Amino acid sequence: MTLLEKVWELHKVATLPNGQDQLFIALHLVHEVTSPQAFQMIEERGLPVLFPERTFATSDHIVPTDSKARPFSDPLAEEMMAALERNVKKHGIKAFFPGSGYQGIVHVIGPELGLTRPGITIACGDSHTSSHGAFGALGFGVGTTQIRDILATGTMALSKPKVRRIEVTGILPKGVYAKDIIMTIIARLGVNGGLGYAYEYAESAIQALGMEERLTICNMSIEGGARVGYVEPDEKTIQYLRGRPFAPKNIDEVAPYWLSFRSDPNTSYDDVVKIEGNTLEPMVSWGINPGQAIPVSGRIPSPKDLPPTERDTAEKAYSHMKVTPGEPIEGKKIDVAFIGSCTNGRMIDLREAARIVKGRKKAPHVRAYVVPGSEQVDAQARKEGLDIIFRDAGFEWRSAGCSMCLAMNPDRLQGEEICASSSNRNFIGRQGSPKGRTLLMSPAMVAAAALAGEVVDIRKWEI
Amino acid sequence: MAHPNLKNSSVIERITGRAIPLPENDVDTDRIIPARYLKFITFEGLGAYAFYDERFDEQGKPKPHPFNDPTYLGATILLAGANFGCGSSREHAPQALYRAGIRAILAPSFAEIFAGNSTAIGMPTVMVSPLHLETLITLVTQNPSTDIRIDLKYKTLSTSSGWTCPVDMNEGYRKAFLEGSWDTTAVLLANLDSIHKKAAALPSLW
Ligand code: SF4
Repeated sequence: MTLLEKVWELHKVATLPNGQDQLFIALHLVHEVTSPQAFQMIEERGLPVLFPERTFATSDHIVPTDSKARPFSDPLAEEMMAALERNVKKHGIKAFFPGSGYQGIVHVIGPELGLTRPGITIACGDSHTSSHGAFGALGFGVGTTQIRDILATGTMALSKPKVRRIEVTGILPKGVYAKDIIMTIIARLGVNGGLGYAYEYAESAIQALGMEERLTICNMSIEGGARVGYVEPDEKTIQYLRGRPFAPKNIDEVAPYWLSFRSDPNTSYDDVVKIEGNTLEPMVSWGINPGQAIPVSGRIPSPKDLPPTERDTAEKAYSHMKVTPGEPIEGKKIDVAFIGSCTNGRMIDLREAARIVKGRKKAPHVRAYVVPGSEQVDAQARKEGLDIIFRDAGFEWRSAGCSMCLAMNPDRLQGEEICASSSNRNFIGRQGSPKGRTLLMSPAMVAAAALAGEVVDIRKWEI
Repeated sequence: MAHPNLKNSSVIERITGRAIPLPENDVDTDRIIPARYLKFITFEGLGAYAFYDERFDEQGKPKPHPFNDPTYLGATILLAGANFGCGSSREHAPQALYRAGIRAILAPSFAEIFAGNSTAIGMPTVMVSPLHLETLITLVTQNPSTDIRIDLKYKTLSTSSGWTCPVDMNEGYRKAFLEGSWDTTAVLLANLDSIHKKAAALPSLW
C-alpha cells in the first residue's frame, strides 16, 4: 500500500451510494474568505459544527500588512474579518487572529502550531492545503459546499486519486532550492499533468530537504494539477514537531506510529517519474501559468518548440508578458520584488534571502517587500535581526498575511509592473493589476533580482 | 438514521408553481450574478442581485426585465434557453436564483457545472425540448397565472390548463432528488454513528 492508501483507509467512514468514499477529516482549517457562506448554510439548517475541537481558524487573505488596526480600511475586508470572529465565537472554534502571536497564512501556521502531523487528513477552503503533505498528511483544498459538509459532518465525499511517485535523486547544486524542484516538475509534467493524481515526492534530494522546504514542494502540487502531494515522514518530521504548541507532549511515544505512515517498499504506483537533482537549475516563470517556466540560463520558447496544445496559451503569454520567443530571461528588468506567501514565507526562505541581501542595497527603481508568513515567523526573524538587514537594504518589512500573493488586501502591483515573486501563481491579474506581470522564482533569486533590478542567475553570485 | 434537523424535505419528487420566462440561449453566470457581488460574506440577499446589470441601469433605475415584472412576482419555475448557466463555477449563480424564489429551471440544456451546483442546493435543472419550451412560453405569456407541475418521477410536465409534455433530466441528479440524496450533507450525516465511531478511534488533536 502507498502512504495515501493507508491514510485513506484509516479515515474512511463509508462508501457512498454514488461510489465516492466518505472520508473523516481529522483537521479542518478555516480562514475568512471561503468560510462565511458555509457557516451560513449550516446555520440555515440548524446544524452545529460537529467537531469544533478539530476546527481551527485564522485570518490571512484580506488582512492588511502595514497596519492591523481595526476597523480595516477596506470595509469588505472588515466585514469578512468580523464575520469570522462571530462564527468562531458562536461555534466554539479556536482562532488565531492578529496580535495573538500565532496568526498567519493558514498553511504556515498549521505546521508551526503542531496541528499538522503525519498520517492525518486535513481540509481547508484553499487549494494550497496540499502543503501539509510535507508531514505525511493528506491535505485537501475544498470549495464552499465541502466546507459546509465538513463543518456539519466532520467528513466529506471524495474519490480516491491515483498515486504518482516522483523520485528526485542526487544532490541539488548550489543556488538551486526546493522551489526550483517543484517548478521543474510542473514545467516538465504540465499544469494539468497531475489531474487525478496525488504526488508522492521521494528519494535523496527530497529526503535531504528540511520540513520548511518540503512544504514548498507540496504547496505547489496543485499548480501541477495534483490536489494532494506528500513526503513520507522521517526523523526531521518528528524533530520539527517536538515542542510545538499543539503537538503531543509524549512525542517519543507517538513517533513510531507517525513513522509507520510510509509507502510499502514493494508497493506499485500508477506512475513513476524520475528527476535528476544534480542537473537542476534555478527556475523562472516567463508566462501566465506556473508551467511556463524555464531555467534561468534558458530562452523563452518559441511556439514550434512547444506541443500544439500549449501554443495558444504561449501566444497569450507573449502578448501579456510582453516577451518574445528566443529572448533570454536573465537580465529581464523588474519593478517589484515580493518575498512571502505560503510557498516561501518561512524562516529558511527569509534567512537565505537575508544572506544575499546583507550589506547590499536594492536597485533604486525597485519596490521590495518582505512579508513573513506568520506572526511567529515575524518574531523569530526579528530576533535574528533579519528585519534590520532587509530594511538597511531598502526593503519594506511587513506583518504577516497573504499580501501580494493574491492582492485581496492593499498590497498590489500597479499598471504593467513586473514582479519577481516567491509566490506560487503567475495568472493574469493575480497580483492585483489586470496588466501586472509576475515572474515566479525562489526567494533567493527574488532577493538577488531586487538588488540587481533585473533577473539574475544566483549561481554567478558570490554568496 | 435521519438527522433530526434534516427532515425528509430533502426528497424532491415534484415542483409546482407559476413560471417566469427568460427565453434566451447561453445565459452565463456573470449575467446571473455580476462578479462584484462575490465579495459578499453571505448568500442571503443575493436574490436581489440576480440579473442585476440587466434589470437596472447605472443609476439603479429598473429596466424592463421579467424579474422586474410584477406579473411574474412569486414565480418559482424559470423557463430558460439552451446552455443556461455557462461561464464560471461560482456557486453564487444558482444561489442568487434560489434566493430570488426559483425552485426549478426548465431549459433545453444546461452548463454542466451549473447543473451540478444547482442540484447541490436542491434546485432541479429539468430539460425540455425547444419546441415544447416555445409552447410553454406562449402559454405563460398569455396567461401568467398558469400553474405548472413538473413531475420528476414520471418525467412529465402538466399545466393547470391541461397541456402536458415530457421532460428529461440527468439520471444521476433525478435519482438524487427522488431518493433525497442531492444534499451531500444529509447523505453524509446519515452515517452519523459511523462518523462518531471513527472520530473516537482516531487520535485526538490536542
Ligand atoms: S499565500 Fe497565496 S496561495 Fe497561500 S493561502 Fe495566501 S493567497 Fe493562497
